[in-house]
Amino acid sequence: MGEGDYLDNSITENENRSPDNIGASLLEILFTFLKIGTFTFGGGYAILPIIQREIVYRLEWVDEGAFMDILIITQSLPGPLALNCSIIVGRRLRGTLGGLTAALGIVLPSFLIILLLAAFLLPVVWNNEFVQAIFYGLRPAVVALVAAAACDLGRKFVKDRLSLSILVLLLAVSLVFHLQPVLILALGALLGLFFFRKSKQ
Amino acid sequence: MNFLLLLNLFWSFFKVGLFSFGGGYAMISLLESEIIALHGWLTPSEFIDIIAIAETTPGPIAINSATYVGFRIAGIVGSTVATIGVISPSLIILLTLGTFLMNIIKDPRMESIIRGLRPAVIVLILLAAVSLGKTGLVDWVTFAIAASLFIISTLFKANPFYLIAAGAVLGLIFYPY
Repeated sequence: MGEGDYLDNSITENENRSPDNIGASLLEILFTFLKIGTFTFGGGYAILPIIQREIVYRLEWVDEGAFMDILIITQSLPGPLALNCSIIVGRRLRGTLGGLTAALGIVLPSFLIILLLAAFLLPVVWNNEFVQAIFYGLRPAVVALVAAAACDLGRKFVKDRLSLSILVLLLAVSLVFHLQPVLILALGALLGLFFFRKSKQ
Repeated sequence: MNFLLLLNLFWSFFKVGLFSFGGGYAMISLLESEIIALHGWLTPSEFIDIIAIAETTPGPIAINSATYVGFRIAGIVGSTVATIGVISPSLIILLTLGTFLMNIIKDPRMESIIRGLRPAVIVLILLAAVSLGKTGLVDWVTFAIAASLFIISTLFKANPFYLIAAGAVLGLIFYPY
């Protein structure tokens, strides 16, 4: 048993397959996550189902129950969701090196594509009228997506009066005092810690 | 190469990685406060453009924007430093904090904290929408594009990639050439 195993065993009592006999090599981990990183657009919630399809159903590296546990850890921690998920899967398969390899695989495609865009494509096309026209339409599309994401998460997570009160309070306070984002998060965590515990008693 | 600049770049994106809960959109506010308000590394309109680019290229938004901003500030070295900065918190937390981490997540107080963080994350996303709106909604055409795509997105749960593509096409049609 490697040093990373307590993370796996403690969260998956129903997992009877030891990570050691799955037989995924570092190279396989790298290529799998390179593929996931290359062909998934948008942010985390779009990538997670694709990771699940590859890792759980196609390669059978992790079973469904264990993947659900991984999603819970992924979403309770800071950092990009897709990155967190990849690191945990890589670590389950091949310990710390597996985690690093999976991270490299998921990051490298974005890194290279953005680098190519920023270094070669954008400087050349930027002053083109049609490119300006495209961005003229992209900007409001981004605004719409971000606003829609807020509504979507609101519908999913703000179902009780307490959550709604915290939301309204934080929104009002941050609009009036122009709070730093980190401070808003800290306030939310504190209010949650205080009020959700109390409401359970 | 300016070492202090690289250190600032690393630290800024390390903070973004460390404090981003709830996926890409919540990160926009954090990125904004670091990149525009604190350091002035990008203008607001460059910032909204990189979010659009991040949405249309593969990979997490935070990583895409780290690579882009890093490149703009200090070339390939800068983009490497910023990208390593934004992924370091995840790597450190997930690869070193084994049992300790599980104890934290299993602690009943953690659930209360997460339930309090969710409304906070939604507030951050709303604030991001407002400030991006100030930059992106410059006339009634852009306002109409945003409103119609918002309605389509909330009603039909359309894939973000298609909405962005629709924005590009609408931009080509309605841009005041």
